[in-house]
Amino acid sequence: MAPQPKVTVVQYGMGNVLSVCRALEHCGAQVELTTDPAAVAAAERLVLPGVGAFGDCMAALAGRRLIDPIREFVATGRPFLGICVGMQILMDASEEFGDHAGLGFIPGRVRQIETHSSTGAARKIPHIGWTSIEPASRKHAWARSPLSAVDPGTPFYFVHSFTAAPSDSTDLLACADYAGAEVVAAVQRDNITGMQFHPEKSGPAGLAVMGAFLS
Amino acid sequence: MRTIRLIARLDVKAPNLIKGIHLEGLRVIGDPNMFARRYYDQGADELLYMDVVASLYDRNSLLDIVERTTQEVFVPMTVGGGVRSVEDAGKLLASGADKVSLNTAAIKRPVLISEIARRFGSQAVVLSIEAKRQTSGRWEAFTDNGRERTGLDAVEWAKRGAELGAGELLITSVDQEGTRKGFDIPLMKAVTDVVSIPVIASGGMGQISHAVDVVNNGHADAIAIADMLHYDRATINSIRRGLLDAGISVRLDTRAA
Repeated sequence: MAPQPKVTVVQYGMGNVLSVCRALEHCGAQVELTTDPAAVAAAERLVLPGVGAFGDCMAALAGRRLIDPIREFVATGRPFLGICVGMQILMDASEEFGDHAGLGFIPGRVRQIETHSSTGAARKIPHIGWTSIEPASRKHAWARSPLSAVDPGTPFYFVHSFTAAPSDSTDLLACADYAGAEVVAAVQRDNITGMQFHPEKSGPAGLAVMGAFLS
Repeated sequence: MRTIRLIARLDVKAPNLIKGIHLEGLRVIGDPNMFARRYYDQGADELLYMDVVASLYDRNSLLDIVERTTQEVFVPMTVGGGVRSVEDAGKLLASGADKVSLNTAAIKRPVLISEIARRFGSQAVVLSIEAKRQTSGRWEAFTDNGRERTGLDAVEWAKRGAELGAGELLITSVDQEGTRKGFDIPLMKAVTDVVSIPVIASGGMGQISHAVDVVNNGHADAIAIADMLHYDRATINSIRRGLLDAGISVRLDTRAA
């Protein structure tokens, strides 16, 4: 029998940590929920959830002295998963409520989803609900990512008003069409994966993706 | 094309799942966790827990149910009944709820909607309105399972709630609820006409054509289903297929049974 995969979830007061932990446990993982910088740096796999405003999340990480340990962890090459705002803060910066610097693991910015379609019709913001995701231009990346557990076109659960905009298209993993606006559904660079949708709330498909992250 | 969400509605009088008619005459159905798990397995897009006796603090029964559900249900959950403050909302969200629904407390103090939205985001706030048809042709908002009048016009209140920061509206027709006679289409249309946030239609679904009707003619974004599911007269999947056959877009997850 394969050993139980271990995963560390960063607890920093931002997000539905309980649901993320439960979903990982459901996938067979031994989950460590921590606020401890040393535990973050030493993790086997790291998950960074996040809900709320970009600036608040960065401030909460900084306030708990977690930014350097996260950098240390990422430098080890071990698997890292950012979810929702936990994905957005992988970028250089965000325009949400002013200009805020991110972790800068993936070049690019975070910008608001366009509030109007090309025809001028108002688009409902935030984007809440199930939207299917498709591979971005670099199609082979999908097969080498946790998304390989699902088929392109599978719906996932989204809740967001802002979207990442990687400046290097090779970091783009998956996109989604929200009422005519292209939103970034997932990014990947080296050992870092980011998901804008909530795999922990996306039913069996979400669990399959989380399971693939653990394997 | 918008994707219509199918929401399993579980009215709870802890520790039981219950169901009434016109929100009254409550009958015990069974263990809420068991039913929640069943609807998740059937492919429900979301779950909605409503505590009909607002017993948030009575031995924390609703919190217990929500926490247990979080262990085996991995779709969004809305929880309501007895939420009176930002702290109440925070407790439910920390127990695994994704959204809280407000009714009585928001009517008494509308700014509560804004307070919770500011703290947790609009997406976490569902304004629940129990609407009862009046002889004037309008609808009045009620509380306490359709028993207490508020004097508020339900459609005006819906509009106000959206302005105050609610992310979604749950509109329950007290007249239709539990009757299996179909949704109150004019009510749903009156609400969807004046707000730009998603509207969940609740109350009266007795056959799949009712769901098609409330989407096409009431412009609902989501449908809350209780009776049909609880009494096993349909599954989430049979409803999904019915909507698909009618040309309505719904989530298709090949993994769902």
